[in-house]
Amino acid sequence: MLKAKNRTGLVFFPAFDWAISPTHPEREERLLYTQDQVLEEGLFDIDGIVEFKPDTVSVTDIQRVHFCVPDVWSVATESHFISAGGAKTIGMAVLDGEVDRGFALVRPPGHHAMRVVHGSRGFCNINIEAVMIEFLRKAYGIDRVAVVDTDCHHGDGTQDIYWNDPDTLFISIHQDGRTLYPGSGFINEQGGPNALGTTVNIPLPPFTSEEGFLYVTENVVLPILADFKPDLVVNSAGQDNHYSDPITNMNFSAQGYAKLTEMLQPDIAVLEGGYSIEGALPYVNVGIILAMAGIDFSRVTEPDYDRLRIRQGAEVTRTIEKIAGVVLGNWRQREERREPLRRKAGIEERTRSVFYDTDGIRETQTEINRLCRDCAGAWQIASISDRGHRILAIHIPRKACNSCAQQGYDWFEAADTTAFPLVCLQDRTLNQFNQKKGSA
Amino acid sequence: MIIGLDVGGTHTDVVLFGQEGLIKEIKVPTDPADLFQSILHSLDEITSGVRFAEIRRVVLSTTLATNAIVQGQIPPVGMIVSAGPGLDPELFRTNPHYFTVSGAIDHRGREIRPLVENEIRGIAEVLKKEEIRHVGVVGKFSVRNPAHEVTIQNLLAGSFERIFTGHRIAGQLNFNRRIATAYLNTATYPIHRTFFQAVNRSLTEKGLNVPIYILKADGGTMSLESSMEFPGQTILSGPAASVIGSVAFAPADADTLVMDIGGTTTDIAVIRNRVPQLHPFGARIGGHRTLIRSLETRSIGIGGDSVVRIEGGNIRVGPERISAALAYGGTHPTPTDALFVLGKMNGGDRHKSLQGYQALAAGSGTDPEELARQVFEHACRGILAEANSLVDRINSRPVYTLQEIQEGNRIRPAHLLVMGGPASYFAEQIGKMVDFTVQVVPRCQVANAIGAALARTTCEVTLFADTEIGTVLAPEEDFEQKVGKGYTDQDALRTAAELLKKKARQMGAVMPELEIEVLERQQFNMVRGFVTTGKNIRVRVQVKPGLIMDCETVAARLAN
Repeated sequence: MLKAKNRTGLVFFPAFDWAISPTHPEREERLLYTQDQVLEEGLFDIDGIVEFKPDTVSVTDIQRVHFCVPDVWSVATESHFISAGGAKTIGMAVLDGEVDRGFALVRPPGHHAMRVVHGSRGFCNINIEAVMIEFLRKAYGIDRVAVVDTDCHHGDGTQDIYWNDPDTLFISIHQDGRTLYPGSGFINEQGGPNALGTTVNIPLPPFTSEEGFLYVTENVVLPILADFKPDLVVNSAGQDNHYSDPITNMNFSAQGYAKLTEMLQPDIAVLEGGYSIEGALPYVNVGIILAMAGIDFSRVTEPDYDRLRIRQGAEVTRTIEKIAGVVLGNWRQREERREPLRRKAGIEERTRSVFYDTDGIRETQTEINRLCRDCAGAWQIASISDRGHRILAIHIPRKACNSCAQQGYDWFEAADTTAFPLVCLQDRTLNQFNQKKGSA
Repeated sequence: MIIGLDVGGTHTDVVLFGQEGLIKEIKVPTDPADLFQSILHSLDEITSGVRFAEIRRVVLSTTLATNAIVQGQIPPVGMIVSAGPGLDPELFRTNPHYFTVSGAIDHRGREIRPLVENEIRGIAEVLKKEEIRHVGVVGKFSVRNPAHEVTIQNLLAGSFERIFTGHRIAGQLNFNRRIATAYLNTATYPIHRTFFQAVNRSLTEKGLNVPIYILKADGGTMSLESSMEFPGQTILSGPAASVIGSVAFAPADADTLVMDIGGTTTDIAVIRNRVPQLHPFGARIGGHRTLIRSLETRSIGIGGDSVVRIEGGNIRVGPERISAALAYGGTHPTPTDALFVLGKMNGGDRHKSLQGYQALAAGSGTDPEELARQVFEHACRGILAEANSLVDRINSRPVYTLQEIQEGNRIRPAHLLVMGGPASYFAEQIGKMVDFTVQVVPRCQVANAIGAALARTTCEVTLFADTEIGTVLAPEEDFEQKVGKGYTDQDALRTAAELLKKKARQMGAVMPELEIEVLERQQFNMVRGFVTTGKNIRVRVQVKPGLIMDCETVAARLAN
């Protein structure tokens, strides 16, 4: 009888009755053929593979991560609650020791959802990995977490959420932002001053194939993980690097994804994008599940798989090797580069514009970070959308020092609700979410 | 009048059921070495003095297939398996003559690798040389496109007595279960055929020319003729028979637990609104997971004759039976002895029971009566815990739509039906531990045979349409048609219902009106490049397990 080497938990929630719109890539049909393949392969019958029914998350779970404008129910549907809940279910099963590792095969995805949420960006409203991670930190007391995002699109939402958090390592491997949505994720994006270096971007050129992905996994991702020593490794397992994906330009394969998973050994994998619903997803997902369970995946291939046809060119290989060298160099110097920044103390300010492509919303943010040697630093974001919403979002980090906690409350007290009709304080030291509203 | 007969491991139970209720009931020991004689003798006995012309049907439930599988006494058969990419099909090997061949079909039923006909001919030669006469043929995704299975079957035709193909045996996806199901069906076929042809002959010679039905693992019946197509479905019919025998006493609109407390084990099932709950995929038997429709049941090693031990100061009941109760001349103390000690049961040697419990209690400072009370409570708690765990398992079964999550649809038992030898005592005790109503099933000593007698014919149809490819397919029914883009889930449902009626009639359904239940109905727009190119439709319908008469009538007749 077939037996999993690693007890592996699965949440499968294809949301067969939910779509962004009838012909949108994020539609009912997306995981249909994956379900067929997983059922026909009999994966749920394998000894040691356990299927869990997804739990749902609460508003409190979401508010540990997000500032939703004007409120959680306005930006998230039932489906988002269950999708994040599926990730949470898997996280709990792993940390309770019911399984060794787990994979949440859920939709809709979440890695483009940032701290402030006015609507949907890149098909994402709620960052399901972050909601899971912050729940696990609260419930199980875990501290250091690494997120390795292998979706073809830069995980800009997860990057934004952990931009200032030195205890969360965010590594994103994706197609170069000059050639693909969301147009970010360049090597020089390495985190805020209090967490410089724990955001690691590995932009890869179009037409990167198995060799390229596995090269950066082995030579960049694994050494960085070894240095960081996380309590938990989470893989944002997007599957749109596949050679057949309709909206990207990469040449990855089911075999490649399975090998990457085998190398990475994530505790938890969460499905992100991937829109080649017939040609890629059924095979990639079976490959990932088998790799997680420690079962031979060598025969899992797409019907039209031809390794030679998708091999990457020499120029692509040279570019990748160069990028890998720079990224690893940056990582190794992170402490030296972070120290002078934090010593400066005071305030760092940045202004930027965020576009919600799915909902067509434009948001302007002014972010203020308190530079701090003792903690991740309090921060606030003043956000204005072209729909007329204005919010002041204030965050006190999980392990805030007294001064940063005080700073957060001072900002909250001082906030003027005529300028910002919605002022929110996310106090992670007390696990509280406070709001004050203007009469607007 | 109807005859229901259940050949169990220890007893064979037969009932004669008619207008006036239970006319006759017989319980005789089963001769495991000769099930045939066990059946014939008990049929002789139940029909003595009865006019054959008044008998409408005979329903048989036997352990024939179950025993053959569990004891490994099945004949060698050939298995030809075509898999393609994915898990190594060698992992699903069922038997020595198991061959994997080229060819592959994908999830939408498209051929991705062709069959190699010479390869199949070569295997046929090997099987013939080995004097194999029965062959099972299974392909991955054959329920989406049976072409490869059919081609293999055609290549083998003429050289073998019987060939079973996977897509005709079960319509659901699950390759390894399809392999196991086809294997068990093929391997039990010769045993089943020989046995029931003999039974049929004997009854005919006797002059009893009535339709013969065989009971299945889902608690439904099929005609003797159909059973030759699906002999694998006759496994595990005994536990199903008891559950069906209790259905008439379940409330019409509540969830009910059923406990059949035997000597060695207690079998537990769940009935919702008088419908026994089915396993989502199929039965598990002798290490095989199958697609054989079966009731969702749990068995726990606690029964009236389970051995009672004290280990490290803790009571342990079961999981095995070593002997009968001390009161009945056994060698080890049991829960039944506890009932003797407590003065609840009579008719055996209470002194022996008491001695047993005195020995168990020795040195613990507990008196034997107190210990007997604790043991009995412990046994009841154990059974109840298992029942709760079964309910939890059903309630934690994943669902794949928001609607199902919102509906919740949880099983919440409101009633408990208990049967088996010491049922009344267990019912009394368990009743004190739960907040729902508890009832001993009337006539529960022969509930299994009553269940067999009154079970209706059940069946299921799985239908799959892909309007982009332009086909609708019901693999088990050998049904395939071209469809246009306008085909909808409404049409699919209508087609499935027609196929189900036809199938039910073929399998021997006698009810004037079939109640059709929709198990699954899904329709997906297929979008390629932002354009809707077709619809992907899945429909599954069934005739659910239940009785051939209305429950009130049956309950009233059995109450007399």
